[in-house]
Amino acid sequence: MVWTRKDLLGLEDLSQEEIEAVLSTAESFKEVSTREIKKVPALRGKTVVNLFYEPSTRTRVSFEVAAKRLSADVINIASETSSVRKGETLIDTGRNIEALKVDIIVVRHNYSGAAIMLARSLRASVVNAGDGWHEHPTQALLDIFTLKEKLGKIAGLNVTIVGDIAHSRVARSNIWGLTKLGAKVTVCAPRMLIPPGIEQMGVRITEDIDEALSRADAVNVLRMQFERDEENAFPKQLEYFKNYGITQERLEKARKNIIVMHPGPINRGIEMSSEVADGMNSVILEQVTNGIAVRMAVLFLVAAANENIKNEDSN
Amino acid sequence: MHEKAKILDKEAISRAVMRIAHEILEKNKGTKDLCLVGIRNRGAHLARRLADTIEAIEKEKVCMGILDITLYRDDLTLVSQHPVVHKTEIGFDITDKHLVLVDDVLYTGRTIRAAMDALVDFGRPKSIQLAVLIDRGHRELPIRSDYVGKNIPTAQNETVEVRLEEVDGKDEVVIVEKNNKNGLDA
Repeated sequence: MVWTRKDLLGLEDLSQEEIEAVLSTAESFKEVSTREIKKVPALRGKTVVNLFYEPSTRTRVSFEVAAKRLSADVINIASETSSVRKGETLIDTGRNIEALKVDIIVVRHNYSGAAIMLARSLRASVVNAGDGWHEHPTQALLDIFTLKEKLGKIAGLNVTIVGDIAHSRVARSNIWGLTKLGAKVTVCAPRMLIPPGIEQMGVRITEDIDEALSRADAVNVLRMQFERDEENAFPKQLEYFKNYGITQERLEKARKNIIVMHPGPINRGIEMSSEVADGMNSVILEQVTNGIAVRMAVLFLVAAANENIKNEDSN
Repeated sequence: MHEKAKILDKEAISRAVMRIAHEILEKNKGTKDLCLVGIRNRGAHLARRLADTIEAIEKEKVCMGILDITLYRDDLTLVSQHPVVHKTEIGFDITDKHLVLVDDVLYTGRTIRAAMDALVDFGRPKSIQLAVLIDRGHRELPIRSDYVGKNIPTAQNETVEVRLEEVDGKDEVVIVEKNNKNGLDA
């Protein structure tokens, strides 16, 4: 077994084998959600805290469902309603949660590196549910899992990521994961939204959406986070849809079975048309279903590894 | 680690499978409502062989499933356990079926306990029976087998290795003696 980490912080540090270990474990966990009793006792007696400093519904609910299907107890903390408002630091909050004998902390934070900092200060397992512009590893793992399920492999695939690459942790995690598994990644966005130096991650850059789609086996469409556009770098919504929105006409020029993914929530009529979102090529809802299996796998692997670490320390 | 003795060879294994198949049919009076469930990894292959044998005898198919019990084990905490989770494949409704659990070696009984916990999450079988190729003793739970290929009294510092063509390239059962004599289970 290759998984020995107590935390999952990002895909940048993971080896190809470690990523594959998560994917194959997730494959086994997928069956659990098809049972009448959707629950296994693997993490019975363990406690998972969802510590969210940013609004999130789908990721938090997905982690909560995953933990509950493993029989763990789950507590949700949202920063708006917690002592964070009173000025407590992240590390102090983490230490207090750990003092409650919690086993896994799932953290989302608006600062890049927050999860890493927390993991270094705690013995509890930390799972990164998105930190700033840095990484969102479970989202990328579920994207890759869905791709692999649909196309049978990752190596050699052409995957295009469209949208706000500069501010997207989903894009970064996907790029790390996909390139490690041997896929060829193209990023496509208006120049303002392509971060300098991204080519060093081994990706091809284009501003032409039709060219980016023409050889793609799959396209991962990022959400335009207009609420974060503090620098006014974004094009207007209509202009973006016209130049980069995924429409049925654009897909007709692409490969017939091109897979369309989106991490959600979708802005219909901005990143893609409704026709595409609900169309034959879309796997958006399958991504949501697969997210549970992937997060179950992650929670299970980090918990098991942490048990081993604790046992080795006490011997 | 060294091999101490070979207990069963290819022919002996196949005779044991044949006898167990007949015993299962005798006890259950045929194949009605009968299903075999193999425990990964080698139990699943043995269940496949039993299902094929039963089909050859009765000219009727018996349903067969595969169980991975990693998620039901009580020893997630054991040192150097790096659990690998494989798929469970129970493609039929087990409610009101007579299930025969199949495993290669019966030892402490904890695997079987976990397997039964897993099965009751899938439904309410009419009965659960247990078939094993080797019963090596040292039970830690009140569990017994209904069908046994061979009973082999062993010491705690020995392990029984069942090797099957499908996994190991050959059929045999050997006793292996571990070098450490403190009786720790692998």
